[in-house]
Formats: sequence, C-alpha cells, structure tokens
Amino acid sequence: MTRPTPATLLRVGLPLLLLAVLAYLPYVPASIPGLLPGRINGPGSMQLLATCLVFAGFALSYDVLFGRTGLLSFGHALFVAAGSYLLTVSLSTWSLPLPVAILAALGGTTMLALVVGGVALRVGGIAFAMVTLAFAQAASIIVLRDPGGVTGGEEGKALNRDAVPSILVGVQNAPYRYWLALAFVTVAFVLVRLLVRSRAGHAMAAVRENEGRAAVLGLTTYRVKLLAIVVGSFLGGLGGVVHALVLGGSSPSLTSAEFTLSLLVMVVLGGAGSTWGAVLGGFLYHYADARLVEAGGSGVFDVLPDTLRAVLSQPLFILGAFFVVVVYFAPSGLTGLGGRLIRKTGAS
Amino acid sequence: MSTFLLIVVTGLGLGALYFLAASGLSLIYGLMGVLNFAHGAFMTAGAYAAWVTMTRLPSSMGVGLRLLVAVVVALLVGAIVGVVVEVVLIRPLYRHHIQQVLVTVGLSLAAVAAVQGIWGADPRAVARPEVMTGTVGLLGARIPVDRFVYLAVALALFGGLLALLRYTRLGLVIRAGVENRTMVEALGIDVQRTFTIVFGLGGAVAALAGVLFSQYAGSVSPGQGGSLLIYAFIVVVIGGMGSLTGTAVAAFAVGLVQQLANYYAVSGVGDLSVVLLLALVLLARPSSLKGATA
Repeated sequence: MTRPTPATLLRVGLPLLLLAVLAYLPYVPASIPGLLPGRINGPGSMQLLATCLVFAGFALSYDVLFGRTGLLSFGHALFVAAGSYLLTVSLSTWSLPLPVAILAALGGTTMLALVVGGVALRVGGIAFAMVTLAFAQAASIIVLRDPGGVTGGEEGKALNRDAVPSILVGVQNAPYRYWLALAFVTVAFVLVRLLVRSRAGHAMAAVRENEGRAAVLGLTTYRVKLLAIVVGSFLGGLGGVVHALVLGGSSPSLTSAEFTLSLLVMVVLGGAGSTWGAVLGGFLYHYADARLVEAGGSGVFDVLPDTLRAVLSQPLFILGAFFVVVVYFAPSGLTGLGGRLIRKTGAS
Repeated sequence: MSTFLLIVVTGLGLGALYFLAASGLSLIYGLMGVLNFAHGAFMTAGAYAAWVTMTRLPSSMGVGLRLLVAVVVALLVGAIVGVVVEVVLIRPLYRHHIQQVLVTVGLSLAAVAAVQGIWGADPRAVARPEVMTGTVGLLGARIPVDRFVYLAVALALFGGLLALLRYTRLGLVIRAGVENRTMVEALGIDVQRTFTIVFGLGGAVAALAGVLFSQYAGSVSPGQGGSLLIYAFIVVVIGGMGSLTGTAVAAFAVGLVQQLANYYAVSGVGDLSVVLLLALVLLARPSSLKGATA
C-alpha cells in the first residue's frame, strides 16, 4: 500500500460496501444450507446474524482496553451486563420510558466504569486482571442473588415488551432487530476508528507499547488507562442495551466469568488491536458457539467413540482448543494471518 | 457464643480450602510470573480423578480408605497434569506473560467443557467418610469434624512448603528465582527444571484442594474449580502476589469475613464483602501489591 489514493478508497469504500451488503441481507430470500438455519431473511437466520453482530460489537468494545491500551481486564462482562440489566430493570421495575431507560443504562455503566476502573487501576499488569475479575464476580453474585426480585436471579430478566416500540418485538420483526444490531456495530466501529486516530488513541497506543516510557514523556498514564476503560465500558454498555433489545431480556450468563473470558478469546481470535479483527472475532465466535451445538446434535460426530463425541459436542472445547492453537501459531489472530497471506501472494 | 464459634471454625475451614487453592497459584506466580487460569482446571481434574477412583473401587472397602486412595490418585493426576501443561504449553511461551495467560485461559475453557461433555454438567454426589460428616463438641458448640481436617491439611501444607522453601536446595533455587531469575540462570542453575517441578507441585496441591472442596460441597461439578479459583485469585492479590505467608493470612481472613458476613448480615453479603475487602486493601496499600508489569 504505497499509493495513498487506492488505499484510502479501500479503507473507506470496503467497509461501506460491506455495510450496504449486510443492510440488504433481510431482502435476500436465498438459503445457504449448512451455514444458516433456513432462508437468509428468515427469522432464525436474522436472529442468529443479529446476535453475531452484537457480539462483534462486544469484541470491539473490549479491544479498546486489551488491543489498544494493553489492559488485560477480566471484568469487561460487568459493563456489558450493567448496560443490559440497567435497561431491563429500569423499563419494568422503575417503568421509565425507553429513551430515559437507555440514558440511565449508559450513564450508570459509565459511572460504574469510573469507580471500578479507578480502584482497579491502582495495580498494574496481572494483578489488574485479577482485581477486575473479582469485581465482575461480585456483579455476578448480586445478579444471581436477585436482591428484592429486581434481577430475576437465574431466570434472567425479561424485557418489558409494552415499553419497547412494536417493530422490535415479535418473531416477524427479526429484520428490525438485525438492523438495530448492525447500526450498533457500525457506531462502535466508527467510534473506535475515530478514537484510535485521535490524540487520546495515540496516547493509548503509547501506554500499550511502553508504559514507563509514556509516563516519562509526560503522559498521565493512569488517566489514559481510565479513559480507555470508560470508553470501552460505554461501548460495552451500549452493546448490553442492544443485546437486551435483540434477545428480549437480560440473562445472568452475561455476568459469568466464562463470558468475560470469551470476550478475550474473541479479540485474540480475530486479532488484538485491529478493528476488523475484533469484529471478525466476535462475529465468528458467537457463530461457531451457536452452530457447533447443532453440529454436535446433528450426528456429524456419530462415527467417533462415545467419549470423544461427548467432548467434541461441547462448543467451548473446540473453541478453547482452537484458541490455544491460534495463540501459538497465529499470535496476531485471523486478520493478522490473512494480512500475512495477502502480503505473501502480493510479493511473489 | 456456640453459633459464633461454629461460624468462626467454618470460616477457618473455608480459609484453609482457599489457602490450598491459592498456595500453588501464588508459588507459580511468584517464581514464574504466570497467572495460571488453568489452576481451576487442575482442581477440577483432581476432584474428578478422586470421584472416579472412589466409584471404581469395590464398595467393600471403607469409604475412608477409598478416599485416601482417591487422594493419592488425585495428587498424582494433578502433578502429571501440571507437569504436562508446563512442558507442552507454558515453556514455549517463556517470558511472553500475556500469551501464557491466554493459553491457560483457553485450556481452562476447553477443560471445563471436556469434563462437562464426559460426565455431564450436573453435580455428582461424592461419598463422604464418617470422619468427615461427624461433629465434635467444643465449648458447647457442635462443630463438623471436616473443618478441622481442612485446617490440619492446610497447616501441614503451609509448614511443609515453608520447610521446603527454607531448608532444601530446591527451595533455595525457588526463593532465589523469585528474587532474581536472570542471576540464578547466570550462576548455572537450571531454572527451567525448577519451573516444571513447581508446576507439578502446584498441580498436586490444586488437585488436593479440588478433592477437599468436593468433600466440603458433597459433590463434584465441572464449574467447581472455576468458582474456587476466583476466591483463590482474590486471596493471592490480598496476600501480596507470590508471598506464601501473605497468602495464608489472606486466605483465613477471606474465609472468616465471608462466613461472618454471610451469617450476621444477609446471605450473599459475605461473597460481596470479600470483594470489598479486596478493594479496601487495594486503596489502602496498593504499593505492596504491585503486580509484574507484564
């Protein structure tokens, strides 16, 4: 990419083209057997694709911390869950109108990020990872204990359907939820791109590369890191809101340590510190997680011995093992691997 | 008074379990700088190894004897798993701390899923010998004996590990390695081999923690190791990352705080107060807890 004009075209044109194609999908009646359940614009596929897009947005939000600033946080699920639960709870328990509820969810998540980030950033490196994990665990405990019947405990909290516009409710309206998810990913994508190219984004990159040096150069690294946590959590909270709208409620699985770890897996699978990497990682992770369950049940593995089949029918086993392989052989993730292949073919 | 005593002893017993879970983690972190997320998987491996052994052994053997055999099997399994993980997965990523964490994260996810696939997601009941289920009278309180068993095992382990660190050549190398790894290597000592041994040791201790925790809970389940691991993390951070004595003190403090708060406040507050304790320690004395800037 030596000449700037085609490169710029590629950088702006390709995402726009992809966005146009994705936005048009609800009008495509074709079916892709094996890849998607039923027709592309059928409710099953739409719902699956919408959830995949929401996960792509989750991965984008986590990448602000991990890939861009080098913060290994195991507490990011806390903010996603906060966005989701604050929305559902303020809609049903506090009967707020939808716009106010969304503002409350986003504001609450941002405040939470300031407090938790402010405390956790007092330690660095691995200790930071452990402390954020502990905070996320505290949230998980609160949600499961169901204080005052507010969070619904293990059942989760259903979205108050009367408080939501009718086009977001019901099976036949899956395309609208899909567009909502697409809009969320687009917003997150643009925001992260803008952030990365701003002064603050450069400061984050400096902290990631060498925190000591960034401090010597006069950056208040604490503030830079806190900013990364707040921005990432804001996007995560927004994702939580969209997740609740798309899936019709909040589920305690959003608060689990497993979900927090899966965010890390998504980002690393796709390629940490790359916008496309995060999008791809989040999308593929959820897609694989959802589809592998069906592959396990469909009898693909029937020829294998019982024990092996039982293990392989667990999507997390395959994803976890694949993740280890990626960490070893493709440390820059799938996008890094793709980029390397393109450069190789271009050179030869 | 008798209730208070019961709660204190239970808290200490729980603290003993936390210490068992955290000591291996702390040792591995202190020497190698590896945050071992697979530690929960080691515990799960130990618990399931013990459970499978106990169900396979003829029921004509006493439950206590079967448990003893199961503990030995679990220790072996834990040590082997630890050594294999270190040699195959951790060693190639020497000095890449973040990647090491990532690999252990992937391993923990895959291991829990594998266990869930083979033995199911539901908890399985484990047989408990009479020694563990009985109670003993102490100052008017009826206290379950198993609390004292956990305490005894934890104290024995603490003493054993301290003796190992103080009086053996291996302990000398470990202590020196924690202090300055490069210097130890420069003196011509094979730190690599020490890493493997420490990982094996950590795996065995984790397996023991897994077995005892399944005795405490009365069942084994795939997620058990993971939930214990989070408290172990909290204990390691409060205890000062890599200090064995600090880990012991923190473990008992966490166990006590949790039990007392759970009883005297609302149930569930105990788990939260542990996180609060962690936040307070971080705010009060962050400098003593600075982790490695990996």
